[in-house]
Amino acid sequence: MSMLHLVNKSPYERNSLDTCVGYVKEGDTLLLIEDGVYAAMSSGKASAKLSGLDVAVLGPDLAARGISEERLIDGVAVVDYAGFVDLAAAKDKVQSWL
Amino acid sequence: MSETKKFMYVNRKAPYGTIYAWEALEVVLIGAAFEQDVSLAFVDDGVYQLIEDQDTSGLEMKNFSPTYSALGDYDVKKIYVEKESLEERGLSIDDLQHLTWEDEDEDYAEKDSIQVVTRAEMADLFAESEVMFNF
Amino acid sequence: MKFTIQVNEGPYQHQASDSAYQFTKAALEKGHEIFRVFFYHDGVNNGTRLTKPPQDDRNVVNRWSDLAAKHNLDLVICVAAAQRRGIVDDGEAKRNGKDATNIAPGFRISGLGQLVEGAIQSERLVVFGD
Repeated sequence: MSMLHLVNKSPYERNSLDTCVGYVKEGDTLLLIEDGVYAAMSSGKASAKLSGLDVAVLGPDLAARGISEERLIDGVAVVDYAGFVDLAAAKDKVQSWL
Repeated sequence: MSETKKFMYVNRKAPYGTIYAWEALEVVLIGAAFEQDVSLAFVDDGVYQLIEDQDTSGLEMKNFSPTYSALGDYDVKKIYVEKESLEERGLSIDDLQHLTWEDEDEDYAEKDSIQVVTRAEMADLFAESEVMFNF
Repeated sequence: MKFTIQVNEGPYQHQASDSAYQFTKAALEKGHEIFRVFFYHDGVNNGTRLTKPPQDDRNVVNRWSDLAAKHNLDLVICVAAAQRRGIVDDGEAKRNGKDATNIAPGFRISGLGQLVEGAIQSERLVVFGD
């Protein structure tokens, strides 16, 4: 059963992203929200942890933090809250790695 | 409610420093009345919840660790502890409470509730579950 | 699709309640059903009508109340968590001998079973927390 993984913490503060990626399966999507969005910045070393994963980032959280989409690693989808809802509906379940 | 879902309660927080572990256990106890297919997972700092011989008398906080041993009576028999999380913390199953349940089909034989599983096995368990609670 | 939303943190300290609100609003706008919003842990603090944020800030509590009124949302505060943290409605005040209430419009206090039922009845449970 496919899963939408939510990570809302900076990878430089907590281990939620590390934990999450240990459980990601084929067909899953990882959505970065709140402080989790910092992981997708290409200039940061945590971005390496996302390679090979299907990653989306919540646009309003990026904008609030002053991060333009050009600063993200290649291949991540930027979604709004409606897109967040679509992802939650498209996967079989949602897990928040709080 | 006749519908049965595969519930997975994911415990990732240590006890006492925050209330999440204790209030998570309250959900599990209440949830038991709904007769769902329940599993508990202890990963990351969640493994600290199960350490034996907790004594909170110096804190004036409720020691809720004995409650885990009652889970068997609530028909919660599937408790998965992640091997890597234990090892990273220098722990083994011997450091944890011995949790059991009674199998009424086998003349109430006592069986172990805790299974130590690898991260890969835990990933499979998560994938198979239908509803995940994270605490 | 039917969603249950769980909110684990209070207003202002964490973004959790904001994210949950935006998600809920977006889901409703897309025609989904929100079966229930369940407030747990410090999330019960979203249900006090006594907050008074500065005028240039959002009012997290009123926003939930308004959304509930508009869409007939079921906003449920966990009773055990609420008793610990002092969120009180008329029934709780009577039962526990408290001299005041503070529950905000649109919220109700009920048991943890409401969360479990939400998880069973809904197709998705989405949790927002710290």
